[in-house]
Amino acid sequence: MLPYIGCIILFLIGIYAILTKRNIIKIAIGFCLLEYAVNLFFALIGYKKGSLAPIYTQINQQRNFVDPIPQALVLTAIVIGLGTTALLLSVAIRLHEKYKTFDIKEIKRLKE
Amino acid sequence: MNYLPLFTALPLLGAFLTPLLSKIFEKIGDIISTIITTLLLILSIYSTFLLPIFGNIYVYEIGKWSLSPIPLGIIFAFDSLSLLMVLAINLLSFACAIYSVRYLDGYTGRWKFWTLFLLMVAGLNGIAITGDLFNLFVFTEISAISSYALVAFGVEKEDLEASFKYQVIGEIGGLTILLAIALIYAKTSTLNMADIANTLTNENKGILFWFIVSLLTFGFLIKSALFPFHFWLPDAHSQAPAPISAMLSGIFIKILGIYSLSRLVFNIFGLNRSNAPHYFDILIVLGILSIIIAGFIALRQTNYKRLLAYSTISQVGYIFVGLGIGNFWGVVGALALLFAHALGKGLLFLTAGSVEKTSGTLNIEELCTSQKRLPFYGVIYTLGALSLAGVPPFLGFFPKLFLILGAIKEKMLGVGIVLGIFSVLTLAYLLKITNKVFTNKKEGEKVGVPISTIFSFLLLIGLIFILGVFYFNYLYPNLIEKAGEAIMRGIDYAKLVLMR
Amino acid sequence: MKGMTVIVKTITKLLCGLIFLYGIYIIAHGHLTPGGGFAGGVIIAASFILLILAFGSEEFKEQMGYLYSSIFESVGGLLFLLIALFGLLLGISFFYNFLPKGKLFMLFSSGIIPLCNLAIGIKVGAGLFAIFLAIAASRFIIKE
Repeated sequence: MLPYIGCIILFLIGIYAILTKRNIIKIAIGFCLLEYAVNLFFALIGYKKGSLAPIYTQINQQRNFVDPIPQALVLTAIVIGLGTTALLLSVAIRLHEKYKTFDIKEIKRLKE
Repeated sequence: MNYLPLFTALPLLGAFLTPLLSKIFEKIGDIISTIITTLLLILSIYSTFLLPIFGNIYVYEIGKWSLSPIPLGIIFAFDSLSLLMVLAINLLSFACAIYSVRYLDGYTGRWKFWTLFLLMVAGLNGIAITGDLFNLFVFTEISAISSYALVAFGVEKEDLEASFKYQVIGEIGGLTILLAIALIYAKTSTLNMADIANTLTNENKGILFWFIVSLLTFGFLIKSALFPFHFWLPDAHSQAPAPISAMLSGIFIKILGIYSLSRLVFNIFGLNRSNAPHYFDILIVLGILSIIIAGFIALRQTNYKRLLAYSTISQVGYIFVGLGIGNFWGVVGALALLFAHALGKGLLFLTAGSVEKTSGTLNIEELCTSQKRLPFYGVIYTLGALSLAGVPPFLGFFPKLFLILGAIKEKMLGVGIVLGIFSVLTLAYLLKITNKVFTNKKEGEKVGVPISTIFSFLLLIGLIFILGVFYFNYLYPNLIEKAGEAIMRGIDYAKLVLMR
Repeated sequence: MKGMTVIVKTITKLLCGLIFLYGIYIIAHGHLTPGGGFAGGVIIAASFILLILAFGSEEFKEQMGYLYSSIFESVGGLLFLLIALFGLLLGISFFYNFLPKGKLFMLFSSGIIPLCNLAIGIKVGAGLFAIFLAIAASRFIIKE
């Protein structure tokens, strides 16, 4: 139960960072935290008590394996998160060049 | 129907070839993209003739991993609803690709536009044909990331700000969908959509089920910009380049939000009006709030594209009211409105792009006082606006009729009256542009129109007119009625997919 | 950006080839040990990024670095797609496994997975290096 509570706390910290911080780089960091939390939650779902990592070795063991499918899905989700973060940071850098500030309250030329 | 993976493989091939070959030839991106979108359009039209032979559903197993006894692999499940979506995607992307050939003359880095555009088309096609839940998420993210980059394409100040806002809000939606998929996998331990439907029918619908449904609704409503989550749409759709605005408003928010939500809610979870009335009532309430609020804000706008963006939010509200009504006429009205709005709103945004290129500004007051006469664009715009507002005999009349019929059958007279009144409001704010921008110009220079622009405009307006006049001969019985049946058959989708 | 001190430069000259080799090992044994295409690609990109960080970006021909990483990225993507389409051309299915599965625990086994890992490794390595160049290393590309 404890790892899941940790995931939820991380998720809430990420949402807090996106909602209340004024610096756009801090918003991007909050976004990364949000992604870590969701990926961690997904990877923890496959756990079974007393099981090993799902790799076949040459020693013939008759133990159970944890579920390997969430691990493959989390790999894909991490790559998607990489693409999103790279794009977010590029846009943030170009924003800084055009507006000369990182403050999101000044970057409001579009109204209504 | 073995060519089904080509719907995603062909645009991906073009997207990977374009950066490589554009270092040798300059404009190879235009040629590759027009060829690929033409091929995709031909394939989708061919599928409309081929699908009824297979009994209106076709299952393609990737890698030939068979579906029985346990569905382990990824499948493509192509039924009539997917057919309607694929047709709309490829029609609109064909028209926008041909339009973009001249529109991009003012931008640097042409090959980047074509790469991102083809990636977006590949993602959209993938969402429409897939039958696997995580595959849906991956294609959603592919097309969403391409659209974030395309909104920021002409790197002005406002474009970057709009793209940043769009990215943060859109990705929160995406992550919520991923969380919901994690919970679905924890509950059913399978990712195949038909198998999830089978596993969930035998269980009691407790708190975890409704938590998953509400997370999914939250995520998909962000992506489709319904009322409380629409704040990213006016900025993003008004600052994007015009063909991208047409694709985004026309088909992107529909496929990512409306198609995915209706596939999951109707076919996989099996909710309908009899066993979950509160859920559909929430959809109707949010839809009506969207129609009213976005309609009134649209009346006050002074920017051409921002007015059209608020109009999109309003029409998406109509579609959600149709889905929320829940009986056959409501659902058919929602699907017909999806198709008609895709063609109509795409056309209107393309005219906005041409007006911007010829007059240099998008402010309605400045365009009112400028001295250029734009007769061709004016006629096309007015015909498109009439279709969108629901004037017979154009394509947009029948959806509004079906929606009001559905509301009356479900004994919701108030909803029907609101739908009718706000169609008139739609006509009012769309014709505001015609009045100010395109009329009352007696003197002034006449502006020439390039050939590719004429071609894409005539294609779209011709389809709107012909499909509207011959609605009950061709479009309705073959496409829209069958797509409505595909939604209304609910959980039987799972039996049909797993039987093949 | 400026380079680092002499100690860092000397160690980098010795180590960056070994890091690259380690990345290739992770990609090639993707079907036997944890890792695979994406993790190996990140390590390959890290070896190039280490070079730029240690020696500074003035000594580095940014234009050619950008050109080559763009070419390799497209080549990696095309290779993956052609492996997938090869099954479709043979008439059987998309992504069909047309290579023999082989014996357990051998390097040349398990069908098309090592080829797919190779394509993904090339694409991810070149892509991450291009992202680093575009964002951090060269103001030249941003001004374009």
